[in-house]
Formats: sequence, structure tokens, C-alpha cells
Amino acid sequence: MSTIEHRFGPYGGQYVPETLMPALAELERAWLEAREDPSYRAELDGLLRDFGGRPTPLYYARRLSERCGRRVYLKREDLNHTGSHKLNNALGQALLARRMGKPRVIAETGAGQHGVATATVCALLDLRCEIYMGAEDTRRQRPNVQRMELLGATVHSVDAGARTLKEATSAAIRDWVTNVADTHYVIGSVVGPAPYPALVRDLQRVIGDEARAQLAEREGRLPARVIACVGGGSNALGIFTAFLDDPGVELIGVEAGGEGIDTPRHGAPLTVGGRAGVLHGALSAVMQNEEGQIVEAHSISAGLDYPGTGPQHAHLRDTGRARYAAVSDRDALAAFRELARLEGIIPALETAHALAYTLGAADSELDLVCLSGRGDKDLAEVLALS
Amino acid sequence: MSEGIQRIATAFASRRPAAALMPYLMGGFPTLEESRRIGEACVEAGADIVELGVPYSDPLADGPVIHEAATRALAAGANLAGVLEVARALAPRVPVVLMCYANMVLAPGAEKFVERLARTGASGLIVPDLPYEEADPVLGACDAHGLALVPLVAPTTPPQRLARIGARARGFLYTVSVVGTTGERAARAGRFAGVLARAKAATEVPVALGFGISTPAQARQAADAGADGVIVGSRLVRAAAESPDPAAAVGALVADLAAGLA
Repeated sequence: MSTIEHRFGPYGGQYVPETLMPALAELERAWLEAREDPSYRAELDGLLRDFGGRPTPLYYARRLSERCGRRVYLKREDLNHTGSHKLNNALGQALLARRMGKPRVIAETGAGQHGVATATVCALLDLRCEIYMGAEDTRRQRPNVQRMELLGATVHSVDAGARTLKEATSAAIRDWVTNVADTHYVIGSVVGPAPYPALVRDLQRVIGDEARAQLAEREGRLPARVIACVGGGSNALGIFTAFLDDPGVELIGVEAGGEGIDTPRHGAPLTVGGRAGVLHGALSAVMQNEEGQIVEAHSISAGLDYPGTGPQHAHLRDTGRARYAAVSDRDALAAFRELARLEGIIPALETAHALAYTLGAADSELDLVCLSGRGDKDLAEVLALS
Repeated sequence: MSEGIQRIATAFASRRPAAALMPYLMGGFPTLEESRRIGEACVEAGADIVELGVPYSDPLADGPVIHEAATRALAAGANLAGVLEVARALAPRVPVVLMCYANMVLAPGAEKFVERLARTGASGLIVPDLPYEEADPVLGACDAHGLALVPLVAPTTPPQRLARIGARARGFLYTVSVVGTTGERAARAGRFAGVLARAKAATEVPVALGFGISTPAQARQAADAGADGVIVGSRLVRAAAESPDPAAAVGALVADLAAGLA
């Protein structure tokens, strides 16, 4: 049996209460067995295809390309069932939960996309489901709360701190500490203690594997540049992983610039740099003060409103294999509108950060952008701002 | 044996055959000055060791009472320097063990953090989100400065792992009585004996039981079940939150707990 990474350079690790350590070991064993098990793989692939709608299309965005003055392809994760890439990971982990005999599933969610994906697969597999979501996010992503409840999940509104994704994640981890015997925690991004960052990446790499093959068929070549938004960073690692060993392919992660990275109101720990820190069980790039208190992030997009990020991203930044940049709330909103008019696609506000970067980027021979999710959930919030 | 570890050992030994009483208080809650008074009240009411919490933004091992106290302490301006002054004020009278989350220990570097803690006269350090696998740098620094790095074990910890943790414990082995976060719970005393027997078989240092112990009756049951020390936290922090005179309220509860253990 092979192994799974606990560290990415200096980053990663397992900074959690002792109560959870045996559960992390159990999860790691279950994943190492499952990924070698043809029946698990076959069930997951079948559900991704028949229930999820994979493979998702690779779309040549003609008018966006004209606007940019270069060729731009969009990997359409918004066309996945439930409207984002989150389903890829939720399906894989829910099948693992069933395999481990855990009848209860919990998850955190920011924008609600991971919560909806988890609630969906729990309905499909008849697992009990409880979702933790910051009170501010239950307000600004109301349609997703309604979807989760319709799917049979219980949604806990978390009132601590800034009432966003960081506190929702902390609340989910406390639930897990308390109910670890019968509960699997479906973490939604490439964050958290090992083995989660590698596990979630492995479940999301289907995005890049498909896109690489689709592009080879269409263009007979690799992309010159791959662009994706980064909060925790699962859609980005999902599409980057297929190209990590191709040094000619530039990898760009786009973080939330919020009100500007020269202000404290952003969610761009990778772009800003600074000392690494521990958040939610892993050492990674994190927004913190001098003595190590985690500070609140800010982004118009609930899914990027997070002061930490996945440990592998921190390592990719340090090694220079990927580059990270930040896009402001204002530019993301403009790109949200622009893509709707140009291509008839309403992107998620998270995804709009990657699109804003693409619109303003230097020239390249061929851009591949991960269109990680659709923006129906954001309409009320965006229209209220105009 | 270094000074901090020695002081902790003496505190347990001087209580035998009774169990040591180990109240937890949140540094800087409700204010830094009041938390120092609470600590002194604990000593006067019979505390053998004081566990001093550092308020943290993201306390994953804590239930709502201690989480809320940390949030309020930070909002009131508490910081590490202030809490270390509380440790310095209490340390001449009682062994002080600091409870602090990993990021604050790692932020300046484990060596620097531990050196600074040692200068206050504190005796030990508990890091609730630093499991065995991640502990080496902090353990090395604590050993070098004569502080006890106290590890935690949980009911979920399997036997082989328990033995590894127990063999490397310094000061005492913090045994979590329940699967869960900190907080008051209805009596689960029937489980104490099993949890304690496992822990005692795995280590040569004293075994203290914590999480979910709030009443004199539960403290007594923990001691009868074999605990060398009993840790009470959330009940005391709640008293500090609810009373107009936090030090007096906590002191009265600690006196009741001490009477229960005598």
C-alpha cells in the first residue's frame, strides 16, 4: 500500500486535539485502501458520471477570448450537479464514510456550495447530515441554506467571531471532537490536518485530468497558463495537479483581495506572505497578528472569506511552481457581470476572481480557467450592491 | 530533575494519598487584574497546581464557556504578555502550568516562547492541539528550560499510542475523561476508573483527570477512581463570568472542591 503526504515542504501536519488523532489515522487507512479498491473507484466514477454529470465540458469562450485578445478555455465545473466542483470531493468522502461505517456526516461551508454538495450526497447515500455555516453567510447565501434544508440536512448557524467560514470550520471540528465515534467530517477544501489536504486534492484532480485530455484533443497541446481562484484552494489544486510536472505550464492561484491587500480587509494570505501559522489543524500561510492570534479575513465572496489556505499551496508558492495574486471585491464584481454579458454564463463570485485576473492578465498563448461554480446563489447579494 | 517538573512532582506528592486539586482559569478574563485575583483566590482556597489559560482566537478543544471567555478576554485587550505577568504573580505561591494553543507557541518559535515562559517562574506547558507527532520541537525546548510539557490522552487513544505518549510525559499525564470538548457534563463517573486505569498503566508520572468535571461529587469520584489530580475548568470560568465578584465566587467553589477531595 502506498502512502499519502502529511507535509508539503514545511507545511501541513496534524495540529488537532488528541481525541481526533485515531480518527485521522482511521481515515487515512480507509482512503489508502479505497483508492486501490476497484469497486470503490468504479462506484465513485459511476456516480460522478451518472449523478454528477462528468466529464464536465471544456468550453472555448469565443467572446471572452476576443475581449482578452488571446485564446481562453473554461473548464465548466459550474455544470457539475449542485453547481460547483464541490460535488467531486463530497461524493468521494461520503462513499468513504459509508465504507467506514459512519452513519453521520458533518461539514463546514462558506458560500454554501460545499454544504449543498454534502447534503446532496447524504440524501443519495442515506446518511445523516449536519452543516455548520457562519451566521453572516447564512444571510448572504440564503438560497443555499434553503437547498440544504430541502435536501434533509440540519444547518447550524454559527454566531462566533466574524460569523463566516473560519468559525464554521471551528464549530465543525468541535462537533467532530464530540461525536467522532459515529461521525465523518467531510472537510470541503484542501485544508485541515493530514490526510485531508492530500485526500481532497486526490478527489478533485479529476478536474485537471479531464481538462488536460480535452485540451489535447481540441488543440493538441498543453495550456500556457492555468488560472483558478483560491480560498482553501481545492478547485485550484484540482486543476493544477495534472500540470505540476509540466514546467512550461504557468499556474496562477487568485486570492480574495477584498478591499485591497494594503488594508487588513482581504483574504489573501499567500499573496501577502508573512510568517506561516497553524489554523484548523495544518501549518500553512495564514493571516495572524504578531503573537499568533488568527485575524478575520474579508471578501465579498463567502467561499474566499478565509484567513488560511491549503498547505500544498504554500509549498507551491515557496518553490515557485505556482504564483498567487489577489483580485479586489470591485474587480471580481465587474468580472461577474462581464462574463454574464459576454458568454451567457453567470459565475460564482469566487470564480469571478479568477475571471477578473484573466481579463487583466498579460498575454499568453492559451489560458485554461477553472470555472469552479455558478453564481445563482450570489444574485441577491450582487443586485443589492448595484 | 529540573525545577518546574520538580515543583509539580512535589505538589502531587504532598497531597498523597489524596488527589491534587488543579483549577483552570482563563488569563485576562474578565480582565488581567481580575484573573490574577482569581488565581490568588484559588491558591488560598486550596489549589495545588493552577492551570492558566491563554485566550486564543480559535480554541478547537474548548466548549462554549471557555471559548466565550477567551473571546471576551481578547476583546478586553488581553494578550500573551499580560497573561505571562499573571503567571509571574502566581508562580511564587503555586506551580503554574500554562495552557496555550499551538499557533501562539510556534509564532515566535518554540524555543523563544518556552524561554519567555520559563522566565516567569511557571512550571509547565499544555498545548491542547499539539499531538505526539508534532511535539518534538516544543518538548525539546521545554526540557532545555526545565519546564514540563504535559501531554493529553483521550478515551479514543489506542493502547500502543497511549504507551508512547505516557512514556514521554513530563509533570503529569492530562487524561481527558470524555470524548468531547471542555465543558460541564452530567456525571459520567462510572467511566472514570477505566480511563484512569489505562492512563496509569501507561506512565510513571501522576495522572490528572479533566474535561467534564465540575462538582465536588465528581471530583471526589475522580479521586476515588484513582486520579492523582483533578482538573476543573468550565465551572470556574462560568462562575467568573456570572459573578459580580469573580475572585470570591471562584474561591468559594475551589474551597468546596478542596473539601470534597480532603
